[in-house]
Amino acid sequence: MAVTPLSVVPVVPASEDLAVYPLALRGLTVSYGQKPAIFSVDASFVPGQMTAIIGPNGAGKSTLLKAALGIITPLSGHVTVFGKALVDQRQRIAYVPQRASVDWDFPTRVIDVVLMGLYRELGLLGRIRRSHHDRAMACLTRVGMQDFATRQIGQLSGGQQQRVFLARALAQNADLYLLDEPFAGVDAATEKAIIAVLKDLRDAGRTIVAVHHDLATVAEYFDRALLLNVRRIAEGPVDQIVTPDLLERTYGGQLTMARMDPAQTAS
Amino acid sequence: MVLGLGYNAMLVMVGAGLLGIAAGVTGTFLFLRKRALVGDAIAHATLPGIGLAFLLMVALGGDGRNLAVLLIGAAVTAALGLLCVHWISTKTRLSEDTAIGAVLSVFFGFGVMLLTVIQNVPSGRQAGLDGLLLGATAGMLYADAVLIAVGGAVALAASLALSRPMTMVAFDAGFAGISGVNVVRIDLATMGLVLMVTVVGLKIVGLILIVALLIIPPVAARFWTDHAMRVAILAGTMGGVSGVVGAGLSATAPDLPTGPIIVLVAFAAFLISLIMAPDRGVLAAWFRHRRFERRVHLRQGLLALGQGQPIYERFTLRLLQKAGLVRADGVATDRGVGAALDALRDEARWAIMRADPGFDTLVNRHDGLSPIDTLLTADQIAEIDTRLNGATP
Repeated sequence: MAVTPLSVVPVVPASEDLAVYPLALRGLTVSYGQKPAIFSVDASFVPGQMTAIIGPNGAGKSTLLKAALGIITPLSGHVTVFGKALVDQRQRIAYVPQRASVDWDFPTRVIDVVLMGLYRELGLLGRIRRSHHDRAMACLTRVGMQDFATRQIGQLSGGQQQRVFLARALAQNADLYLLDEPFAGVDAATEKAIIAVLKDLRDAGRTIVAVHHDLATVAEYFDRALLLNVRRIAEGPVDQIVTPDLLERTYGGQLTMARMDPAQTAS
Repeated sequence: MVLGLGYNAMLVMVGAGLLGIAAGVTGTFLFLRKRALVGDAIAHATLPGIGLAFLLMVALGGDGRNLAVLLIGAAVTAALGLLCVHWISTKTRLSEDTAIGAVLSVFFGFGVMLLTVIQNVPSGRQAGLDGLLLGATAGMLYADAVLIAVGGAVALAASLALSRPMTMVAFDAGFAGISGVNVVRIDLATMGLVLMVTVVGLKIVGLILIVALLIIPPVAARFWTDHAMRVAILAGTMGGVSGVVGAGLSATAPDLPTGPIIVLVAFAAFLISLIMAPDRGVLAAWFRHRRFERRVHLRQGLLALGQGQPIYERFTLRLLQKAGLVRADGVATDRGVGAALDALRDEARWAIMRADPGFDTLVNRHDGLSPIDTLLTADQIAEIDTRLNGATP
């Protein structure tokens, strides 16, 4: 009887049906130089759920999102969106980039930014009709920014800018929403408004994946979590994942356990 | 008067006007994409192409002065320079400004060397080649004007057709990519259009100054509007007017060079915009700052009066005195007392509003210095006052 000294169990069964996942990453590695920013990450994001990507600075959270979106070309591995290649499925993805990634002095108004979310329909030369305009306004209303439609974007506060970005993603009317630090540097009212919109989307069956940096709110806001520190640490329902043990493994010494104190979380 | 300028001057004015429009509109997208200096690299990289095209024509037995062929040569090496910049900045660790510096100087240096060689070529009449450095309109032919008009019109039409994806890429390339815009291709198209305008503009403005015509009009136009398409249209208008006026001016005196005059006229438009533009202009900003400063001082002065605190700042006292709110000795007038009480009550109302998330939008939108009755309805104020009195019975 042959005894295998080391049993190698494949994490992903070969016959796994990727089509059930709005977004699935397999063996994804991205490198900016000789050091991988993310290394061989497997992740399957569950439909109709809100998943947070959590990890310390430099863990590769944004990189993972950008690679999933095809903004960065991965060194190896592949991405499927609803079981198909990303290029065929782009119209099913909406994206909210980091607020700081654009120049807010750009000459454009709030409504024009939201209309950019309709590019897939409008195309190169399509006229912006009343109906497009109305839909963009409806998206602004959902994030409480309807009064700001004709403002130049440079006049907005950080929270308002973030809401405009969310409205633009809503205009894309996608099945999968990818958000990069949507709560970074926004006021409390905006945070509440954004989370309400995201929960509405989830309740309507859409899938949300967001890079999140606040451990105190992750359990309250999200259904699932992916712990990432270059490598995938763990993924699952948020109450099983956001545990002192797993967080310690993700953050190493960078985390003070006081932040996980439930009394403080409640306050 | 215009007819008095003569046939050549008319041709140049029409050509310069069309070139200015095309350069202003195309340049807008270059400016929005923050790639102005890539335009400069493209322009300088035309020179070796001009030299090579000339040598090729001479070698084939021509006289080497066919403008169309020279421009094709210019376009070829400019495209090569553009690809070099693109390759260096994406495939190596060198940054884009390094790539621009390297490509600009190497290509230009090679071009100057070729021009020196050409001066020693026995056959071929080399007169006029160095005119493409700074533009040379004296001997412009009808065919040259047609070439410029057609090239400029094509670049203009393509810029307008691609304006939507070009604007999206300039604002947020990542999002544009997700929305189905091919970012690399749109970037190359933007640069291709800039290249086309550059090549077409060689005869009038020359390769050293063309970048000014691409960049100055959009920068000037940006002062007047917050809308990308309006920036483009206004930049086209400014470019066109600069071209016509500059060419007209240079025709009035025998030795004024056309290209530099056009650039100076465009610069005048920039200067006027910089100073005079409402909102973004220097003067407007200065007045806005002064007005705000006065409001803050007046407000602080009134609050100090209301709380019975002394006012030390002379500027504040002078403002209050000028408004008739305090007397020369610093004591509040009757009106001053009233205004101070109003300010105190306003401050208390603002405090209530700041504490209430329901007023978030309003509080975020305003500076907290305006009297509240200009912002809220009487009912809302009454409601706040109830809370105010409830808090301090």
